[in-house]
Amino acid sequence: METLLEVKDLVKYFPVYSRGIFMKKVVGNVHAVDHINFEVRKGETVGLVGESGCGKTTTGKLILNLEKPTSGEVKFEGIDVLKTFEKGSNEEKSRLRRSMQMVFQNPYASLDPRMTIYDIISEPFKIHRHIPKEEWEDRVYKLLSMVGLEPYHAERYPHEFSGGQRQRICIARAIAVGPKFIVADEPVSSLDVSIRAQILNLMMDLQKDLGISYLYISHDLSSVRQISHRVVVMYLGEIVESAPTEKHFEHPIHPYTRALISAVPIPDPSRKMDVILLPGEVPSPINPPSGCRFHPRCQYATDKCKREKPRLEEIDKDHFVACHYAMNFM
Amino acid sequence: MDLLQVNDLKTYFFTEAGVVKAVDGITFNVEKGCTVGLVGESGSGKSVTAQSVLRIVPRPGKIIGGKIFFNGEDILSKKEDEMRSYRGKKISLIFQDPTSSLNPVFTIGSQLTEIVSQHKGVKKSDAAEEVIKALSLVRLPDPEEALNRYPHQFSGGMKQRICIARALLLNPELLFADEPTTNLDVTIQAQIINLLMELQKNIGLTLVMITHDMGIVTQMCKCVVVLYAGNVMEIGSIEQIFQMPHPYTEALLKAVPRLDQTRKLVSIPGNIPNLINPPSGCRFHPRCQYAIDRCKDEIPPLIDVGDGHMISCHRWRELNGG
Repeated sequence: METLLEVKDLVKYFPVYSRGIFMKKVVGNVHAVDHINFEVRKGETVGLVGESGCGKTTTGKLILNLEKPTSGEVKFEGIDVLKTFEKGSNEEKSRLRRSMQMVFQNPYASLDPRMTIYDIISEPFKIHRHIPKEEWEDRVYKLLSMVGLEPYHAERYPHEFSGGQRQRICIARAIAVGPKFIVADEPVSSLDVSIRAQILNLMMDLQKDLGISYLYISHDLSSVRQISHRVVVMYLGEIVESAPTEKHFEHPIHPYTRALISAVPIPDPSRKMDVILLPGEVPSPINPPSGCRFHPRCQYATDKCKREKPRLEEIDKDHFVACHYAMNFM
Repeated sequence: MDLLQVNDLKTYFFTEAGVVKAVDGITFNVEKGCTVGLVGESGSGKSVTAQSVLRIVPRPGKIIGGKIFFNGEDILSKKEDEMRSYRGKKISLIFQDPTSSLNPVFTIGSQLTEIVSQHKGVKKSDAAEEVIKALSLVRLPDPEEALNRYPHQFSGGMKQRICIARALLLNPELLFADEPTTNLDVTIQAQIINLLMELQKNIGLTLVMITHDMGIVTQMCKCVVVLYAGNVMEIGSIEQIFQMPHPYTEALLKAVPRLDQTRKLVSIPGNIPNLINPPSGCRFHPRCQYAIDRCKDEIPPLIDVGDGHMISCHRWRELNGG
């Protein structure tokens, strides 16, 4: 498969200021995203997994340039995204925006309560002017039916819809400009269990029909397994493992990935859990641990892990792990 | 012996828009020393059930019918000041969000010792000792030091440990845990689940686990009560509800993605019903693939279909080959 999006050595530090009345002094940095590399191919879904504060949402925002990176590169179809948004012409920027869209976690906060659904879904047309005005109406109704809503919903306001329906509206708005790539940031985590399947199925159907690639950001490993082709695991701003979905869940290598997978309760009485309990909690990203950032919680950690940062290395086809002892866990 | 018996409990909320029948005739028992799962989606009435047992239903909610027996005593007929000797001492509750259930302007020490000195009338220093004991029971690192700290100085998982310690301060017999891990990360969730299971075993606590996560229920509970839109759909052991589930439970299990397999998710059509105007008959009928006309008209009774497996469905027998 062809590469659609490439993330190279991406870094984002958020400065921390000391408290002062007149002077603002930088006293440290939150290492939100720290030198990460990965790619998304055409028509595939990459699941970005990690616990809160590991930098997964920041990564999504950096890719779409909603947040300016400290350093690094994002390439979309070979075009440098950051340079385009900095120096490119309006036409170039607009084209790039049209090809990359986002669906947010909370559908209650991401729709303007004073706009009708018609206005919400046609707003991208107003901004991008990529299709003639006569076609707007047909397009809106077509988009509504694509996400499983009825034509009469167009005249209603967001408060008249349930969470699941609102998320459908958000998806319709995102695909209105015909994107090739969508960052979906926890799109189902605020929905009820019986509604989640509807949205996941919708996203997968749209992918089949329109060939959209997704970056699916989530902390819920079960839904990641359901929707992703490849999985990238982050811990404290760094990627610790990335692998094709099947391999990721059946043969995880990194001690953190294994603990993470073992911690998810499985709804099946015949499968008793064998949880690897991690001691302690995720350390502060302001002063991340030396060497391997996972070493303070890793039961296999040695002196080498404290001193040396492990590199993300390919141990099998398409399977990358950042651990000094990856070979021992094969 | 049953520690808690809830019979035909009805708790309604009298709002301006109409009467919300949040809990509408819920019946279940909790055996002593057992872990019972109360499962349902939002709006199924699981939290309101816990609030009703403690009689802390917020206004405009009101318990308008049914009986609740705790250790054989009728809780709903107790006077308000008698009720105070139940809350915390006999029945306790952990909330979903540990951040909003601790007071941000008081130290952990003052919040927790207050409970002990109020209820037991002991000196501050003795109370502090009991608090330290409770905090070490939930394995909070450095409990003496923790007394002088404020809630914001702890992480979410640690705050939930403090809330569990607070709930256990007065040695209750029954503990309701209302989605205690929903706001926590997976690895921290595993720690808290592990802690609750240990406490249940070691101090003989009776635990009612309120959750929407079928995985947690499967791993923690022996017995499950499945709620939908204020009604009980099914009560049974974990094995029973997996082998011969109620149509709602079955649909729910098929709609949830699983970590150990990839399959086509069968989504449940429609939305959760509005409880001001709940569907007639069986409340699940508009979304049920097996629904027939009878389901629309007649409320199915909750009946024992064998070995304590209770089902509220007209068609269950027929669907399960009987």
